[in-house]
Amino acid sequence: MVLERGEVANSWRRERWDSLRLLTPNWQSRLPGYRYEGADPDGFMTMREVIEFVSGFAAAAGAPVRTHTPVTSVTQTDEGYLVATPNGDLRCRSVVVASGACNLANVPLLRHAVPAPIASFTALDYRNPGQLPAGGVLIVGAAATGVQLADEVCRSGRPVTLSVGEHVRLPRTYRGRDILWWMEASGVWNQRYDEIDDLTRARSLPSPQLVGTPERTTLDLNTLGTAGVEIVGRLAAVRDGRALFSGGLRNQFALADLKMERLLDTFDDWARSHARDADVGPPERFEPSRVPAASRLALDLGSGEIRSIIWATGFRPDYSWLDVPVVDRKGHLRHDGGVVDAPGLYAIGLPVLRRRKSTFIHGAEDDARELIDHLARYLAG
Amino acid sequence: MAEVNVNNGVNVGALLAAREALRSAPQAAKFTWRASCKWQNGTHSLTKVQGFHGLGEEQKHKTEFSFEADHPEIFASEDLGATPVEMVLVGLASCLTAGVAAVAQNRGVQLRSVEAKLEGSMDIQGILGIDSDVRNGYDDIKVTFHIDADASKKEIEAIVAQSQKRSAVYDIITNPTNVSVQVA
Repeated sequence: MVLERGEVANSWRRERWDSLRLLTPNWQSRLPGYRYEGADPDGFMTMREVIEFVSGFAAAAGAPVRTHTPVTSVTQTDEGYLVATPNGDLRCRSVVVASGACNLANVPLLRHAVPAPIASFTALDYRNPGQLPAGGVLIVGAAATGVQLADEVCRSGRPVTLSVGEHVRLPRTYRGRDILWWMEASGVWNQRYDEIDDLTRARSLPSPQLVGTPERTTLDLNTLGTAGVEIVGRLAAVRDGRALFSGGLRNQFALADLKMERLLDTFDDWARSHARDADVGPPERFEPSRVPAASRLALDLGSGEIRSIIWATGFRPDYSWLDVPVVDRKGHLRHDGGVVDAPGLYAIGLPVLRRRKSTFIHGAEDDARELIDHLARYLAG
Repeated sequence: MAEVNVNNGVNVGALLAAREALRSAPQAAKFTWRASCKWQNGTHSLTKVQGFHGLGEEQKHKTEFSFEADHPEIFASEDLGATPVEMVLVGLASCLTAGVAAVAQNRGVQLRSVEAKLEGSMDIQGILGIDSDVRNGYDDIKVTFHIDADASKKEIEAIVAQSQKRSAVYDIITNPTNVSVQVA
C-alpha cells in the first residue's frame, strides 16, 4: 500500500516554482516498464508534464495508492510498525520511507538577524518574480535552484546579488551530448555507495548548476555575471544589519573549475577507451569562472538596496513523524544503502542511497529492485 | 590512498584515524587555543603560547614558544619584532603550507619544495583615523606558491585549492569571527 499525503506527484504539484523544468532530459525519464515516448527526447519536462508522467506511471503500474492520507506517526510494535493517519491506523511488518530529502527548506539560523522589512522566500514558496517586491534581490546559494532563480529574477529587471559558496559547475552539453548522457554512459552515475571514498560528502553535495531549457543552454556563474548578476562570497554572517560575505570566493571558483575539468577528463578517458570518440564531438574546455576583481564583502541590508532575500540554501528531510530512533544528530536517517537501522524499515530516493543516480527519476528502478529483494527476504525470514 | 614511497613527513594514517575517532565523539573535537601577551615597552610586546585544550583534556606544547611583536622604525618604534599584521601573514602562510603537505601526502604526491610568498595590501589611513571609509585591516592578501612536486600543474592547483578549503587561518581571515575583548 502506498500512502500519499496529497495527490500523486504532490510535491511536483505544490512545491515548485512556475517555470521549473526537470534537469534530466526526457529520454532519461524512465521508471520500471514506463518511459517518455514523446517527440522531444532531448527536451526537459515542465512541471505539468512531470505531473502527467508520474500520474501516468501510477496508473500504469496499478499502484495501490491511498491519496490524501498523510502519515502522522510511525512507531515500532512487536510485529512491525504502527502507522497513524487521520483516516485510521495501519499495522504492517515493513515500512519504506519514500518521503524524500527535500521536505523543508534548509534556511540558516542567521535568517533571524535579517532586518524585518526585507521579504524572505525559499525555493518551496517562491513561484515567480511577480511575487517579489520591486527592488534588489539577494539570492543565497548557487546550486541548481540558486542559479535558476538568479537568472529568472534578473530577467524580471530586478538587480540580483548572488551569494556563492561551494558549488558544482557543469556545462549543459559536452562534445555535443547532454552532460547527463555522459554521467550515465561513462558509468559515473552508476557508481555504488559502497565504492565511494567519502560517502558523507557525496551525500551532501549541492545539486549541479544546471537548468533544463528548450535551448539546452549552460547556466553558470559566467553566464549570470554577463547578465549583470553581482556575485559575492558565501553569506557568513549578518551583523548590525549588514550581510557579511566570505572573501574566499576565488577558491570556491578554483575548486569548482578543477572538479569540472576532472570530470570532463574522466569522460574523455572513457570515450577513448571505449572507442566512442567517433560518436561525439571533439573535446571541449570551458572558460574558467571569471572572478570578480573585488567581490563585495558587506552589504547594508538597511539601505534599501535589497528588498527581498531568496534562500536557495538547500533542503532537508522531515522525519518529525518517524517515532523510531533511526535519525542521527544531523537529522539524517541511519541506513546502509536504504536498509534502515531498524528491522523492516527501508528508505528510497535519498542522495546517493545506493548509487550516485539514486535521487533522479531513472535512478529509482535499480535501487527499488535491490531493496525489494532485501525486503522480501526479511518478510520471508 | 598514499603510496608507500611518498613521504612528505605527514602521518596521514594517524590524521585519518583521528578523523574517524572524532566522528563518533564530536565533543572531543572541541579545542581551545590560547596565547598570553605581555606589554614590554612602547609598541613592543611578547606573546607566549604553550597550553591548549583538546581531546577532552588539557594539552601542552613540548616547549613554550615566544613571539616578539613591534612596529618598524618608520612608525617611530624600536622594531624589536615583526608587526602583528605580518604575524597574520605568518599564520596564513604556515597554515596553507601545512595543508599542502598533508593533502599531497594523502593524494600520494611527493613534494620536493614548497615556497609561498605573501603580500597583504593595506591603506594605513584607516588605522591612523584619517579616513573613516578606509578599513583598518588588509584590503587584499595575495599568496603565491612555488611548488616542485611529482605532479601535474593541475594536480598541484587542486592540492593548493584543497589546502585552502581545509585551512583554519584561511577561514578566520576570509570569514567574520565574533571577538569579545574585556577588561578583567
